[in-house]
Amino acid sequence: MALTPVTEARGTAVPIMANDIDTDRIIPARYLKAVTFETMGEGLFYDERFDADGRSKGHPLDDPHRAGAAIIVTGDNFGCGSSREHAPQSIMRAGFKGMIAGSFAEIFFGNCTTLGLVCAVVDEAGRNEIAALVERDPSAEVVIDVTAQEVRAGGKTYRASIRDTAREALLTGYWDPIGELLEGVEQVKALAAARGYPVSVGEAR
Amino acid sequence: MNEPRSLFDKVWDSHTVGRLRNGQDQLFIDTHLIHEVTSPQAFGMLEDLGVDVLLPERTFATVDHIVPTHTRVEPFADPMAAAMIAELRKNTAKHGITFFDVGGGRQGIVHMVGPEQGITQPGSTIACGDSHTSTHGAFGAIAFGIGTSQVRDVLATQTMAMSKPKLRRIEVNGRLRPGVYAKDVILHIIRTLGVKGGIGYAYEYAGTTFDAMTMEERMTVCNMSIEGGARCGYVNPDATTFAYLDGRPYSPKGAAWDAAVASWKALASEPGCRYDDVVVIDAVDVPPTVTWGINPGQAIAIDELVPTVEGAPEHDKAGVAEALAHMKLQGGAPIKGTKVDVAFFGSCTNARITDFIEVAKVMKGRKVHPGVQAIAVPGSHLVKLECEKLGIDAVLKEAGFEWREAGCSMCLAMNPDKLVGDQLCASSSNRNFKGRQGSPTGRTVLMSPVMVAAAAVTGVVSDAREVFGAGKAVA
Repeated sequence: MALTPVTEARGTAVPIMANDIDTDRIIPARYLKAVTFETMGEGLFYDERFDADGRSKGHPLDDPHRAGAAIIVTGDNFGCGSSREHAPQSIMRAGFKGMIAGSFAEIFFGNCTTLGLVCAVVDEAGRNEIAALVERDPSAEVVIDVTAQEVRAGGKTYRASIRDTAREALLTGYWDPIGELLEGVEQVKALAAARGYPVSVGEAR
Repeated sequence: MNEPRSLFDKVWDSHTVGRLRNGQDQLFIDTHLIHEVTSPQAFGMLEDLGVDVLLPERTFATVDHIVPTHTRVEPFADPMAAAMIAELRKNTAKHGITFFDVGGGRQGIVHMVGPEQGITQPGSTIACGDSHTSTHGAFGAIAFGIGTSQVRDVLATQTMAMSKPKLRRIEVNGRLRPGVYAKDVILHIIRTLGVKGGIGYAYEYAGTTFDAMTMEERMTVCNMSIEGGARCGYVNPDATTFAYLDGRPYSPKGAAWDAAVASWKALASEPGCRYDDVVVIDAVDVPPTVTWGINPGQAIAIDELVPTVEGAPEHDKAGVAEALAHMKLQGGAPIKGTKVDVAFFGSCTNARITDFIEVAKVMKGRKVHPGVQAIAVPGSHLVKLECEKLGIDAVLKEAGFEWREAGCSMCLAMNPDKLVGDQLCASSSNRNFKGRQGSPTGRTVLMSPVMVAAAAVTGVVSDAREVFGAGKAVA
């Protein structure tokens, strides 16, 4: 059940240069009131983008020159806080394919990888250069190359690190693990039975 | 002789089903907890896959995030809240999952319900679509907050794909000073190590300070592991753990109990086992701690001054400036004396019976300041009943607190309990993120429940030791 391998994330970029951007900020809790993820794109960074009357605060996400951007450039500890998958869902549904940060919060990182979103870690100097480039030129293309573990932008190449397990999952098309987990279900039943749980080992599902 | 092993290694190894292609482990989850906000999509995904719940006996559900705390009369005013609760009722009924629904007597915040019912057990792996699942680590469980796709994975396979984190031992030794609580310990740890300090780690909390803590206090500490960036946090199980679990509805009984205790004892980390990092803190260095900024690491002692942009390290300057602007605080000014509009006493961090007993002690005969809205929200229906049995509800109501039904309430404001405008909330919860308590411009100052009580009485951020006298505030 391999999916399409994700070898790169490519496109224009939006700089959101702050550290410790939490998932409440990425998607405020009131947008979590839904039984599907379909509408999640609408809430992305809502309170950072709009005031109480719905007027734009001039957030880079709303810069018309950045419409269709595929990459977010940000600081350390991106996606900290709540485990809400609604956060990466909103990023994905708003059209993004990847993020460049100094570090990613653990749960957020896992949630992103499961959706096939690329999370690349680039050092501060590199991120600042990439951010400055896309500030100057919103049409500049940024490429996160998963295979080579590098980011290319403005004719320069930056070392990027993508955690081995995530990189392997993206490149092989096993970034959503459900298929593989289901393959192991007989072993799971054996372990469950050994731990005293009510399963019938060998029973067809 | 075998190499000494940590609890973390023992639990991880005994729950590993196999190695996945990308190098992650397929980790068996003993106990899966679900609630109304992060589960409906997972059941939808399950349906799309055409897969059933593998072990419905090992998933337990309750409602907490969205449920109103001012009324239990349905239909709830918010149609979306009603729809999400209806969805959980439908999904649990369809799959034969135990559901602690409102009105059933055992509803509460999911991280209260597991321990109360004895579902949370030492040496088990626990997952829940909520970051504060780390709470259950207080029992020597390895407990992970997960996203909705992983909720799907656990429903379908009782496993999930995980990379094994490194292990950091955080040792705190000695007696806490009077007026210093478990909440201060974890805020101090997060302040010391930073909100990203735990990335890539599981935390083991050890040392005589944790040894002396009640289970409720250990839960407060483990609860906020995630705020320090750690994937999970735990305390090795001991006599305190077993005494708490003895006789709970889902705890083993009779001979099975004795066997369970013996096996749980054998799980504790062995002296000399390997840690990737060790941090040692002296309990006397932990002050009553409050946050001043917009993440839980932006914390200071109650008698410290709010940091200045100029005084911050280069890479922190922008963050400090942003936090001061949001909080409308002056760098270099004392945090003490900051005007408070709302006092929120609740959440999975601090709404257990011991928290209520401590707060009732200091609130007896005192009044909430007329400028403050004070809300007391028991973490579970059972805590509420226990408070009512002990007369704590009467003390708090008499003082001017609103007495509510169990739920997450104003910790995340997915229900009617929300800040308005730029109100400042003295809060016993876990997150001071921008907008966290329901108003984009709302402000949160995190602190222990007794400090919330002090703020409620004085109308300003206060040192509870000064308000109530150090003697009275001793834990």
